[in-house]
Amino acid sequence: MSAPGSALVERTLAIAARQAPDAGAVATVREVSEAVVRWANSTLTTNGQTVERRLSVIMLVPLDGGTGAGVATVPAPTALAAGPEGDAVIGEAVAGAVQAARRAGPARDAAPLPASTDGDPGDWHDGAGETSMAVFGRLAEELGASFRPDEASFGFADHRVTTTWLGTSAGVRRRWVEPGGSVEINLKDPATGTSVWGGEGATDVADVDVTALVGRLRDRLPWGRRWIDLPAGRYETILPPSAVSDLMIYMAWSMGGRPAQEGRSAFSRAGGTRVGERLGPLPLTLAGDPAAPGFPDLAYTPVLATTYSGDEVSVFDNGATTGRVEWVRDGEVATLAYPRAAATEYDAPFAAPTDNLVLTGGEDATLEEMVASTERGLLLTCLWYIREVDPSTLLLTGLTRDGVYLVERGEIVGEVNNFRFNESPLDLLRRATEAGTTERTLPREWKDWFTRAAMPPLRVPDYHMTSVSPGR
Amino acid sequence: MQSPVTHAVDADFLALPRAALADAALDAARRGGAQHADLRVQRLRSQHLELRDGRVVVAADQESVGLAVRVLRDGVWGFAAHVDLTPETAAATARRALEVSGTLAALATERVTLADEPVHAGVTWVSPYDVDPWAVDVADKIGLLTARSTALLAAPGVDHVAASCVQVKEQTFYADTAGTTTTQQRVRVDPDVTITTVDRAAGGFETLRTLAPPTGRGWEYLTGTGWDWDAELAELPDLLAEKVAAPSVEAGPTDLVIDPTNLWLVIHESIGHATEYDRAIGYEAAYAGTSFATPDKLGTLRYGSDVLTVTGDRTVPHGLASVGWDDDGVATGEFDLVRDGVLVGYQVDRSFAPRLGLERSNGCAYADSAEHVPLQRMANVSLRADPDTDRSTAALIDGVEDGIYVVGDRSWSIDMQRYNFQFTGQRFHRIRGGKLVGQVRDVGYQATTTDFWGSLEAVGGRSTWRLGGAFNCGKAQPGQVAPVSHGCPSALLRQVTVLNTGSGS
Repeated sequence: MSAPGSALVERTLAIAARQAPDAGAVATVREVSEAVVRWANSTLTTNGQTVERRLSVIMLVPLDGGTGAGVATVPAPTALAAGPEGDAVIGEAVAGAVQAARRAGPARDAAPLPASTDGDPGDWHDGAGETSMAVFGRLAEELGASFRPDEASFGFADHRVTTTWLGTSAGVRRRWVEPGGSVEINLKDPATGTSVWGGEGATDVADVDVTALVGRLRDRLPWGRRWIDLPAGRYETILPPSAVSDLMIYMAWSMGGRPAQEGRSAFSRAGGTRVGERLGPLPLTLAGDPAAPGFPDLAYTPVLATTYSGDEVSVFDNGATTGRVEWVRDGEVATLAYPRAAATEYDAPFAAPTDNLVLTGGEDATLEEMVASTERGLLLTCLWYIREVDPSTLLLTGLTRDGVYLVERGEIVGEVNNFRFNESPLDLLRRATEAGTTERTLPREWKDWFTRAAMPPLRVPDYHMTSVSPGR
Repeated sequence: MQSPVTHAVDADFLALPRAALADAALDAARRGGAQHADLRVQRLRSQHLELRDGRVVVAADQESVGLAVRVLRDGVWGFAAHVDLTPETAAATARRALEVSGTLAALATERVTLADEPVHAGVTWVSPYDVDPWAVDVADKIGLLTARSTALLAAPGVDHVAASCVQVKEQTFYADTAGTTTTQQRVRVDPDVTITTVDRAAGGFETLRTLAPPTGRGWEYLTGTGWDWDAELAELPDLLAEKVAAPSVEAGPTDLVIDPTNLWLVIHESIGHATEYDRAIGYEAAYAGTSFATPDKLGTLRYGSDVLTVTGDRTVPHGLASVGWDDDGVATGEFDLVRDGVLVGYQVDRSFAPRLGLERSNGCAYADSAEHVPLQRMANVSLRADPDTDRSTAALIDGVEDGIYVVGDRSWSIDMQRYNFQFTGQRFHRIRGGKLVGQVRDVGYQATTTDFWGSLEAVGGRSTWRLGGAFNCGKAQPGQVAPVSHGCPSALLRQVTVLNTGSGS
């Protein structure tokens, strides 16, 4: 339906070269086609089908003492790709980015743009991927059939196809299409007040078996028939993969190299960083990998594209090839995130934040087997409203949500009240005594920003529940 | 201080083919059988400036614009949006919205009806600000942030300085099949300075952030209108030095005097979200959550002490949620949520007003961009100051024998029914015998909403009342963010549970 973004990228780079021949330039066109459906109380609430397209221009302008960076992002309607009016808008965006770069002064993260490592990609001139409400055909049928008068169903399904064209004045030309979606379902039993949640991510949302997902949730509803009040305290706790993912994602977001080097991070220690520090006895590895070995659905395109610089990433690195990063290796802090310039400054490897996170190194035990081998402990469903309390220790607070269960002698014996916790993911890795089988999971808390995760369940002998939360 | 100038809506937004887009979309929707339809053209311009240690890390301009069409046919919504602003696309997007409505109609067991609203034809509203941030050269903006960063870096004990300012201009054209057409423009800014001190030898660090809230003002806010930056920045290094040397707090029930710079966020989380009607009836149950304050308790729920009176408004000057007409085309106003400690109202949009038995919506519909559907979003939910006595913060502190004065927001977390919350802050000053006697650190406070507000003994007077707020209130799937302000006086609360976050307990 749309003109290929490649033409827009080429025009933008040509205009940039005319306006600022000495400057480096990055042009990115990103089109997002999305379809969503949401329901509550077993009835449709909101829905929609949308198309959004933006052009980002990054100008890297030589200045006295270095190079400045400026960024301008504008909407990219079809009209932008053709005609003098489009050229004027692009020219204004380029000029704005050049001006911002000059005003910004020499950037600390300046580095020459990465050179192209590939030849002309065959799909550069292809159009954008699309989705539509039609992807929900199966979901609508299965969901409608799942609604029962004695249960209330709530949830959300989305499918989005993001197409990116990235071109740089260093010769990089890359186009990639990332389809992705998810289905989340929350069932409530009005008779018991119990609430259960489950979610699945998928490349194609039509692949999600809603009937099976609802079936798994219904298996949990009877656990709510026996209610057990427990006080705050430290409990042996089994964190399922979704809960583990939300804690590991926050930790990975906090692994900037510069903050650690400057002493202002939980990954700092007196005189240096925590790289090389053993966290705990389990040989766990937290890695991000574009190839996603073992989890093909989590693969992503190994090209860096960003419109913002920060401690972990730089606009000067646009077009760089990214690879596997082991943030934690065999139980030791292994890598911190450095843009290329910071990597040089600190004599560390270039490592960009990864678009997936996989935690491995556990045993073969499934969640059910870990429950079966528990004498007395809590089984959680997921975590919610996780916020940082103390950045120096990475102490986080948050709540349990949609099902806390008491396990006694290997059996689930009832549902327990929710808790507020205060814990640091670093400390959890230090104290965890068992990790199970790694499986793909949907992070309940951070799903809006990060969906590609595979985690094992973790057993923590003394998870810190600091107060009871009366909500269910 | 000069009084705000009322600006006109920018000419380049007015030059968009608003009427032609509306005609095309609404005509296509009517032809397709929609009983109600609306078209929204929404443009957001933002500029993000961020400096670390006096050097620019981010200098980025962003603009988004698109058209959105919402149709209501046979009581079922359909929504579609597109980036192309042409009449042909507007009509096609309306037809797409009708298709969306039809595709999923089988899942809709409830039918939507909209509260009546008078027609507001051809009306315009612009938020009050003096200086359009886009009229200021970016060099001057960066120069100001650089000068402030450099001065702070030169202060003893300051190892790092982060300075940033996000500026947003939001323009919305709305037209519906009843004949309402509104054109609006609002400007907001969110400046922030954080200083850090690092103990390299022992391996620790501490930070302090400015208290200046984001606000619905222009660039004048950065240069002294509405906030005394010079005074705040001058005292920041000493306050940080005192904070880092302060003793760790002793956990336990503690009397708190809470400054508006901290209390606004408690109001946001424990009253603002809890009185959203869509949450209270389950529409957010799978995501943002529900509310303990369910409609069956309207008029009877004891939310807090008699001192607690809370209103919603979308009209307060410089409020981040303030606007002339909402994204349902409803004229905005002010309404009661909690009166003398009792729950008396909810925030609604046109679809929820009839369910609550209200004849009209109170104007809380908002969509954060063209590609998202309007939802019930938060008004400026504010705590009333003492109407009789203009009690100062010092007078509240004077009433505490042994307690803590809490200043500035930092960490926040609350459960999905808005019962159990935990907050920290920027600074905590120990109160002994009614006087401030130095800072303590590692303070968090945790409570159940109704217990907390039940322990509200007194509020300050009008002179202590301040607007706080945030740009990034999150809700809905797909996720939307909304700017919102909360006004409140200082407040005295007795025997709130304080934790020591340094020990994690």
